Amino acid sequence: MNQSVNETAGSGPSQRSAEVGVAAIMGLIAIIGIIGSLKVGIGWAAEGPRAGFFPFYVSLIVLISSVVNIVSALAKPADGAVFAEWSQLAKVCQVLIPTAIYALVVPYSGIYVASALLIALFMRWFGRYNWAIVAAVAIGLPIVTFITFEIWFLVPLPKGPLEAALGF
Amino acid sequence: MLEDIGNLFHGFAVVVQPYNLVLMVVGIVLGVIVGVLPGLGGANGIAILLPLTFSMSPTSAIIMLSCIYWGALFGGAITSILFNIPGEPWSVATTFDGYPMAQKGKAGEALTAAFTSSFVGALFAVIMITLVAPLVASFALSFGPPEIFSVYFLAFCSFVGLSKEPPFKTIASMMLGFGLGAVGLDQMTGQLRMTFGMESMLNGFDFLIAVIGLFGIGEILLTMEEGLSFRGKAAKLNMRVVLQTWAELPRYWMLSLRSCLIGCWMGISPAGATPASFMSYGIAKRISKRGRFFGTGEIEGVVAPETAAHAAGTSALLPMISLGVPGSPTAAVLLGGLLIWGLQPGPLLFTEQKDFVWGLIASMYMGNIVGLIIVLTCVPVFAAILRIPFSVIAPVILVFCAIGAYTVHNNTFDVVMMVVFGIAGYLMKKTNYPLAPMVLAIVLGDKAEESFRQSLLGSQGAFSVFWSSGLVSTIMTLGLIALFWPLIQSTWTRLRGSAGEPHPAE
Repeated sequence: MNQSVNETAGSGPSQRSAEVGVAAIMGLIAIIGIIGSLKVGIGWAAEGPRAGFFPFYVSLIVLISSVVNIVSALAKPADGAVFAEWSQLAKVCQVLIPTAIYALVVPYSGIYVASALLIALFMRWFGRYNWAIVAAVAIGLPIVTFITFEIWFLVPLPKGPLEAALGF
Repeated sequence: MLEDIGNLFHGFAVVVQPYNLVLMVVGIVLGVIVGVLPGLGGANGIAILLPLTFSMSPTSAIIMLSCIYWGALFGGAITSILFNIPGEPWSVATTFDGYPMAQKGKAGEALTAAFTSSFVGALFAVIMITLVAPLVASFALSFGPPEIFSVYFLAFCSFVGLSKEPPFKTIASMMLGFGLGAVGLDQMTGQLRMTFGMESMLNGFDFLIAVIGLFGIGEILLTMEEGLSFRGKAAKLNMRVVLQTWAELPRYWMLSLRSCLIGCWMGISPAGATPASFMSYGIAKRISKRGRFFGTGEIEGVVAPETAAHAAGTSALLPMISLGVPGSPTAAVLLGGLLIWGLQPGPLLFTEQKDFVWGLIASMYMGNIVGLIIVLTCVPVFAAILRIPFSVIAPVILVFCAIGAYTVHNNTFDVVMMVVFGIAGYLMKKTNYPLAPMVLAIVLGDKAEESFRQSLLGSQGAFSVFWSSGLVSTIMTLGLIALFWPLIQSTWTRLRGSAGEPHPAE
């Protein structure tokens, strides 16, 4: 599926740099893992292998694999393959950034208000729906969710100032 | 044997209780919806709904959740055939001939063939589970830590051997999963590890958050990048077409049987439904008399992948209930559910939780029958869901993912983690790192580590404990063969290649 990107080669970051980048991040995580394991001890104690024993070797394997993956990505001749076109990445960011903000806002606003805003944003911005439909879905869905979770299943979801003002 | 049949009937009695039947139908409908929608699949659909089952009895919960799984397996075929968009990775192969059939105006035949073969594949696998699972479980009861570890070892090595991705990517992704699973409290010593003093790391990384992020958010990002527009064929299914197709299908019994066997084999080994469907399609294409017409709308090209995918998806539950080793990410999420409901997955289930196990097996029979009826009668409704534009569906899916992530531990930080896993999932998918081994490693990490350390403890640190008896040695050796399979295969091809034999490219 990813190969289809290669044919329509618009401009964008190369697949090779993405491969190297992902492998490098994994290697970095592995190094953090190794440090963490060393801290709790990777050797042998009276109760058997210590807490860091297993994660140490696991992290070590990740590190070695990452090095192999970086080398094999670099060894491949540059074929001009693109990871994704800039326009595609822009689209991904259009979803990713609002979602990230949403995740950060939820603890303060509660999940219902944040969800309503997220849905409204998407429908208005990408879907260009008129405000009446936007409002109906963006307000309706959180209310349905509220009834399902809080009242039927008694599962509390994060609530913010609005819900507090309404007495929940 | 007779006792098992008695247990099975007892299981049916549990399943046909009205409450459980309602949950079954709800599960299937939700499952089909989840299977139809991009960004939601069996694994994360179940992960999102898992918290809602905390208050149910485990048997009712597993009935509902496993029915979501069957529904998702059915649902993937609808979008493949009508929209040429595989709702699930395992239905990619169904698009090859399913969509051309729909273009020729034979959507009804294609859908009927797909649903019916799914049903046949699943039924075959369930019968296999009914017969084999109790035997495997009673055999596995005598397993000690080295045997248990060797089974995990084999399962994870099979990923490396069977994956079509580069072996070192599979290994990196799998071991990263083990590493993430190890963060937090060490089960054996009670020591905190790799938390670096951060409070939010105390509980480690929950696999449910990982599943929702990797598969849910990651999939949304991918869909956004590809800029999908859904333009589908009309979905009409009337009884006449269904009966006509049914009259035609028995002709392909050989194909079905072969696909069932491929599916069961691939399902039990953790390769899963996706490679099973491709393999079955590929073999059918090579063997069939009409093989050269494959890709232009051959009914056999729908029967083969669908049968295999369902057989694999269903038989993935065999190692889960009998050994505690899930054969697919979805089975892994179900296994995680078992742990949350306070059940110990593995062979003991068959002796200690008879109601649960046989209820689950009985619900597999019932669920697939109910599922077949629901999808055959409600196709237009489900197809209509895909006509809702992505600008509405995407935020709604995001909201549900967030709710699912939050409800796992009632922790808003998990929602942030979900987004992080989502980015990771997108990047890993784009750079061909398989996600399934990572998820399985996060789920099984603790147990694999425990059996590993207990084995070493018993042997005072000597690795020879993994070659101490015939059984352990055999399983470990099979694991090593699986691990080095890519190497063995490439050496073999090179040897054959140098002998001057032409070999067709896959």
